[in-house]
Amino acid sequence: MSLLEQVRQPRRRGRAAVEAIAGDRTDRARLLTAALCAALVLVALASLGWGAADDTRALPALLSRFGLAEAELRDRVIVWGVRMPRMVLGVLVGAALAVTGAVMQGLFRNPLADPGLVGVSAGAGLGAVSGIVLAGALPALLTGWLGLWLVPAAAFAGGWTSTLLLYAIATRQGRTSVATMLLAGIALAALTGALTGIIVYRATDQQLRDLTFWGMGSLAGANWSRVMLAAPLILAALAAAPFLARALNALALGEAAAAHLGVPVQRMKTIAILTVAAAVGASVSVTGGIGFIGIVVPHLLRLMQGPDHRYLLPNAALLGALLLLLADGIARTVIAPAELPIGIVTATLGGPFFMWILLRNRAVMDL
Amino acid sequence: MLEATGIRVTLGWREILRGIDLFARPGEVTAIVGPNGSGKTTLLRALTGEVDHDGQIRLNGQDVDRLRPWQLAAMRAVLPQATALAFPFTVLEVVRLGLAAGLGAARADLPGKALRRVGLPGFEGRLYQQLSGGEKQRVHLARVLVQIWEPVAHGAPRWMFLDEPVSSLDIGHQLQVMQVARDFARAGGGVIAVMHDLNLTAMFASSVALMEQGLITGFGSPDDVLTDAALSRAYDCRLRTNHAPVTGRWILPQGAEAGLS
Repeated sequence: MSLLEQVRQPRRRGRAAVEAIAGDRTDRARLLTAALCAALVLVALASLGWGAADDTRALPALLSRFGLAEAELRDRVIVWGVRMPRMVLGVLVGAALAVTGAVMQGLFRNPLADPGLVGVSAGAGLGAVSGIVLAGALPALLTGWLGLWLVPAAAFAGGWTSTLLLYAIATRQGRTSVATMLLAGIALAALTGALTGIIVYRATDQQLRDLTFWGMGSLAGANWSRVMLAAPLILAALAAAPFLARALNALALGEAAAAHLGVPVQRMKTIAILTVAAAVGASVSVTGGIGFIGIVVPHLLRLMQGPDHRYLLPNAALLGALLLLLADGIARTVIAPAELPIGIVTATLGGPFFMWILLRNRAVMDL
Repeated sequence: MLEATGIRVTLGWREILRGIDLFARPGEVTAIVGPNGSGKTTLLRALTGEVDHDGQIRLNGQDVDRLRPWQLAAMRAVLPQATALAFPFTVLEVVRLGLAAGLGAARADLPGKALRRVGLPGFEGRLYQQLSGGEKQRVHLARVLVQIWEPVAHGAPRWMFLDEPVSSLDIGHQLQVMQVARDFARAGGGVIAVMHDLNLTAMFASSVALMEQGLITGFGSPDDVLTDAALSRAYDCRLRTNHAPVTGRWILPQGAEAGLS
């Protein structure tokens, strides 16, 4: 070994030590988790001050509940009875939409899969509308037993059916064809849209009023009973997601390779589809279709921290909640004292973003 | 020991595998060779449970159909022919997928070691999607290696199933990858490899199964199976084996003047 090599040897080893942790984005993901947690808490608190009423009175009203400040009854009702459930619902639905987007994309092995784009939300919407309009036609025993749960349960069934259909159509021997998936999604959305239209014709005026907010999606109808309705299904779906993370990572290699890595693929697919259906069904039944959160959030996170689902799924929940609260803030303030449906805000921001993804990936997207 | 008996695979109306018995010992590289469409890859996919098949497959004495996926993953790893990854994983993240599967091998230093073994030192931070075809193939070999890093675990051999492991590699890396496979076998593991290159097969395999039209028509040592007559019949062209000074058996097509039928 020459003198020069001897001198260079330690340096080379030093570089190897640095390279040993190259490609590991775990720390970056954890940092992002912390940052998102902090941002979510701040935005959630701030959102209690947004709206038509004077926002300087929000903080005392918030604290009055714990005897820490004095506030008028009116302010307390606005903060605790109107804005708080709206914020909680926004967090739940935002997290649900972003996580289902990430789970569906992992399941279909494709960054373009999104419940809103491929007809799953439309299927859940059909279920919800059927639940509202056709409730009278169902046996009283069934409607009595399901009670308030009828609409979320019907939305869940609709979302489940459409996810299953979509997967069966688009996947052959463990490979999902993007073109087939998107086209099947279009067909599915058209069909469910038509069926929804037929059912709407049978609706009474009161039911029509109930139905209007499905058109564009909105958090405006939020109250504590809606939160209680949506929370169990959404929380169950969010709780199932971490158990899917490792399997979704392996699934990126294809179904066969995932099985060789020890993943029980069929069972995992069933859980993933149930998770998507539960979260989308619950979200759609309380807020209607809110698009693009499920595609924008996972995509942004993959750019920032890579596609490892163990960190992608929790961070997607946080960022989804954050973005939906911000979108709701825009919806509430742009044309105050009136407000926009939040679906319009997310579509206005998400549509161009989606086009940008398509342009960026045009060269590599296997369509 | 890998014991496969009576393997039949039918796709549509066509019988791809028509009753195959294959036995492979640990400590050996067992190569499956044969012309295109003879059923080599289908046989490997049947052995790894990727296609529905009749017949029984036993690995280390256990019926593989009765094992859970994670039990099998701790016992064997499979290198596919080509893999498209859906998302922008780094090389380290891909290799780590194998680490998570191999039970009891949660060692952080393995991915780096495996990447060096396959000739990709320092590739950890590269994006998988930006690698060349040959580099991708070796990343997956590294992933396979970390999944079954110890060739013998708890007294039982582990198994490596390779589907044309050198198909998109240059000659230097072909030799390197085959050496990795042979080293694994010499350390007590079992290797089953579908091979296109007869010369590499002759150099590295201890046993060879020659396939024709869904059947194994020759099985044994390379010297016994890779004969002029058998190869010329199977590949439907005139082939002649020579003896190279270092590598041993060396198979060449007979010259153009002799006529390639």
